[in-house]
Amino acid sequence: MATVEQADAGPDEESLKIVYDATCTFCGCVCDDIDLTVKGHQIVKAKRACVLGNSWFLNHNIEDRPACLIGGKPAAVEEGIQRAAQILFDAKYPLIYGLSDTTTESQRVAVGIADWIGANIDTTTSVCHGPSGMAFQGVGEVTCSLGEVRNRGDLIIFWGSNPAESHPRHFTKYSLMPKGMFVPNGRKDRTCVVVDVRKTKSAKAADLFIQIKPRCDFEALWTLRALCKGIELDPQVVEEKTGQPLSLWQDLMNTMKAAKFGVIFFGMGLTMTRGKHANSEALLTLTRDMNQHTRFVCKPNRGHGNVTGADNVVSWQTGYPFGVNLSRGYPRFNPGEYTSSDVLARGEADAAMIIASDPMANFSQPAREHLARIPYVALDPKETPTTRAAEVAFTVATYGINVPGTVYRMDDVPIPLRPAFDSPFPSDLEILKGIERRVKELGRG
Amino acid sequence: MAETFIMIPGRTSKQGCGISEGKFGETYQSETTVLQVAPQDMERLGLREGDRVRVTSEDGQIEIDIKPSKGDELPPGLLFMAYGDLSSRLMGGDTHGSGMPTSKGFDVELERLD
Ligand code: SF4
Repeated sequence: MATVEQADAGPDEESLKIVYDATCTFCGCVCDDIDLTVKGHQIVKAKRACVLGNSWFLNHNIEDRPACLIGGKPAAVEEGIQRAAQILFDAKYPLIYGLSDTTTESQRVAVGIADWIGANIDTTTSVCHGPSGMAFQGVGEVTCSLGEVRNRGDLIIFWGSNPAESHPRHFTKYSLMPKGMFVPNGRKDRTCVVVDVRKTKSAKAADLFIQIKPRCDFEALWTLRALCKGIELDPQVVEEKTGQPLSLWQDLMNTMKAAKFGVIFFGMGLTMTRGKHANSEALLTLTRDMNQHTRFVCKPNRGHGNVTGADNVVSWQTGYPFGVNLSRGYPRFNPGEYTSSDVLARGEADAAMIIASDPMANFSQPAREHLARIPYVALDPKETPTTRAAEVAFTVATYGINVPGTVYRMDDVPIPLRPAFDSPFPSDLEILKGIERRVKELGRG
Repeated sequence: MAETFIMIPGRTSKQGCGISEGKFGETYQSETTVLQVAPQDMERLGLREGDRVRVTSEDGQIEIDIKPSKGDELPPGLLFMAYGDLSSRLMGGDTHGSGMPTSKGFDVELERLD
């Protein structure tokens, strides 16, 4: 089937184009079944997209902004590239950060630049599932693709994750509603459990909602680990520590053991709360333990469209997924030291390049204050607090809407992009290749 | 008088749509500048929708309007707000060796501004 076709238009109408099976890159679900109706430089309809996807497609039109600003003043793109390369080349401790909302093709060039200039490279993973990344290295991850969840999962647990608001098609496309090979009746063949400190919108989709005490995920997960192994626990202590009676945890464990294919999706409720990587590690080890009884897998619900690609690219080029320092000419990995929040909050970086992310909105106050003090380069399709304070800001074409390439879905499956219309703005890839070329020239003297 | 709560910043679909519309637009700005309080806590403290409060964490302080959370979404003692500039102001720079600042589930003091 052709992926693009011209639709019939009335004599006075601008012709409409339909792009079939376009890929939404707003969240980690990376839905690749969206049919877009395009009128010139505007997507007017995004069939099958959720509320977030719809907003993503319909709001990325061509804005009337300069392609490049230097010190807040419009400049030629080539001049911006020269200036950006000079800033990064001159720095003693340059930081390259972001990368989760761009193609893997751009990500690999960004890592290349980091290598040429001996930079510290980090992605938004460090402030979403970075702690899970640390836990993977400690205890591994028993996992699977979303296709397996769709076709096999008969017990689906969401822990500290609220896909009803963050990944709206998660339930219908992958985890709860689909009629799969071994779950032919769809939702009826699946049991859904939500564990959270808030009764979120996702809790409404669950057969069982377990409200735990805030900051007690670790204790709750270890309670389940003990029950999995048949270890006796003191009911009073369990209730006091988790906010729920031991009998409820025992019932949940019985349900887990009775499942044919259990899945735990976990979110930032675990990684952003006290305990962080220890929380993720507890969940990963519980999943591993469950395999003594039945098939059980887990998966972090990744947020940004290509944050999983960022992990893959940085891993295949440096050996580590995020928080990598290349200043000695070889990669060193140390979360807490080479992760961006720390590098900025401690006032270490003396220049930065921020690609497709907005630390000026999302980072802690000391980190933001330091970033505001140093010269930095920003690439983003939209105006953000980060682009506003940048020394060099590039307005770039939007990946997936204007730019082709590859993104990785949250289950590490690479998916091609099918752009809807051309943009007058350069892509991240073009800008980054320009900067890479220039820093190499500067390096040769 | 100030009272201690546990703060849970998080994602909302409105905040997500606001990102695509543009961070300086009305949707993102309105969604990220309001604090949700459990209806039971509002009643107990005599707070009304639209009242302004001061929220102080170990690392920062903000002033923000409040609204009641929907139904039983939020248990008493917890506060919720969508991620944004204001929620970031309450976070500290220390990541305890993890790269991740404690961004959810931290203690804050809430006091009403008259
Ligand atoms: S679930 Fe995510 S990827 Fe799918 S349409 Fe919605 S925002 Fe886009």
